[in-house]
Amino acid sequence: MAEPLSPPRLLPSGDSAITVEFSRTIDDAANRRVLALDRVIAAEPIAGITETVPTYRSLLVHYDPVQITFDALGEQLLARAAKAPPTESGTRRWRIPITYGGEHGIDLEDVAKALQTTPDDIVARHAAGDYRVAMIGFTPGWSYLSGLDKSLHLPRRKDPRLLTPAGTISIGGIQTGVQCLAGPSGWHLLGRTPVRTYQLHRDPTFLLEPGDAVSFTAVDAKTFAEQDRAAEAGEFVAELVTP
Amino acid sequence: MSKLVVTSIGPASSVQDGGRPGSQRYGLTPSGAMDRLSLAAANTLVGNEPFAAVVEIGPFGATFTARGGAVRIGLAGASRNADIGGRPVAFDSSATLADGEALNLGFARGGSFSYLAIEHGIEGEPMFGSLAVNARAGLGSPYPRPLQSGDELKTKAASGATERRIELPAATEAPIRIVFGPQDDEFTAENKKLFLDSEWKISATSDRMGYRLEGAVIKHRDGHNIVSDGTVNGSIQVPGNGQPIVLMPDRGTSGGYPKIATVITADLGRFAQTSAGRPFRFKAVTMAEAQAEAIKFHALLHSLHDRLRGVDDFGLNIEALRDANVAGQAVSAIDVSTWQVALP
Repeated sequence: MAEPLSPPRLLPSGDSAITVEFSRTIDDAANRRVLALDRVIAAEPIAGITETVPTYRSLLVHYDPVQITFDALGEQLLARAAKAPPTESGTRRWRIPITYGGEHGIDLEDVAKALQTTPDDIVARHAAGDYRVAMIGFTPGWSYLSGLDKSLHLPRRKDPRLLTPAGTISIGGIQTGVQCLAGPSGWHLLGRTPVRTYQLHRDPTFLLEPGDAVSFTAVDAKTFAEQDRAAEAGEFVAELVTP
Repeated sequence: MSKLVVTSIGPASSVQDGGRPGSQRYGLTPSGAMDRLSLAAANTLVGNEPFAAVVEIGPFGATFTARGGAVRIGLAGASRNADIGGRPVAFDSSATLADGEALNLGFARGGSFSYLAIEHGIEGEPMFGSLAVNARAGLGSPYPRPLQSGDELKTKAASGATERRIELPAATEAPIRIVFGPQDDEFTAENKKLFLDSEWKISATSDRMGYRLEGAVIKHRDGHNIVSDGTVNGSIQVPGNGQPIVLMPDRGTSGGYPKIATVITADLGRFAQTSAGRPFRFKAVTMAEAQAEAIKFHALLHSLHDRLRGVDDFGLNIEALRDANVAGQAVSAIDVSTWQVALP
């Protein structure tokens, strides 16, 4: 029989939210426990919870202090965490096209230099990865993926860029990510995808869910341009491999 | 169809409401009014739901003109010199613009954001149940961006109801209350004490995403990088330079800097109204105190209707006289430097 899992820490995030922390580091096992607790809360709701936000290592639980206190909610969360099975069933796998390098990935050459290899080698290692959506955050659809090859781990840029393009695929630290909207970023830009992980008036508005599996397919700039038009018209472009 | 046409407006003015919680797990921040009490007060004045969409007006002046019929409005939040076609209007009260009349608002006094509610609300297409502008995500209606001159806010004609004023709790200069956490253990006891003992000012580079604080340098125990986790309205994160940033309604839903503390719900609006450059302090309270205050604040938000009075029922109230502009442009008759200059 497996050892009992250590209980998460309950950290106050003001008077209307609790951070249920499973780990302080990036860790797929902890992330599975986060998502498992999230599913248990969805299946067996606790009165007063208004919203949950899974992250790499913690579940942020927003609640209404008029309905439930920190202490009472904390007790119920610990009870649910103790019984939440850290298993995932029916994982969806998405195949996401990327155009690497050139104007679409302006940091590819510098990343190759920093890691003492060639741009083609960086592309091959990044495209071969088997990733998992660990969390979505910061801005709509910004998907943080775990599973980046150790040889691609690289500190973030010293000078973050104030504006990086929509659809940017980048690496930072031990993570890779799919950014949906244009915005600031301190990560290294390897390429771009035509896939919109967030698109208003499309059903579903948000394509990826925490826990989904993701792999990348390299496409040329011409294919990118065609798929970008299709995506703009509301097509997913991303391919769902396993429903 | 009546409408209020924006004839001039400064930056940082947008349509806001109670916000759009519910999709933070997808990175969609709730947005919504910076000062929810003032949002609810402005709406209550004109008979709207407390969290209906209003115009949130930043520190600079603004002018609106009624077209196509009369428009009834409610004003709350940071007070300003205000008139309708030269007729003074007090804050925390309602007023009606006849077709063609202009509402002129000066600079914000003693706060940053004023709230202009329109009777019957602002017409728009809700996105995730809200008209609130979140320019970065392309959300908000009738315009998914800050307001500009020429924009039109459509509504129904004024009802002709009696004008009202609302009695709100007296403003306080008390310290902004916080509860420590979730990552206060990333800071030494000495640095937590420094955070509480210091006098802080809000930087002029602040916006609806976050208020940057200027004051002491708060040092981390072991570096400033944590694995990103979730944020709330009022999270106080400390980046590498040790100058805290308080996250506001347009915040990122997750962040990778340690969060030393969180502003309590009851003080979020008062904190949002703190003008750039005005010194203030923080005070730590227990979770039980913070939650008791949150419950009182919730009760206040939902009992504003009981605080409505007839607009003529002023009595001898210095604040009301000042807001009624009996002294012209002067805030203080003695100190000329406090006189407000009308905008061109």
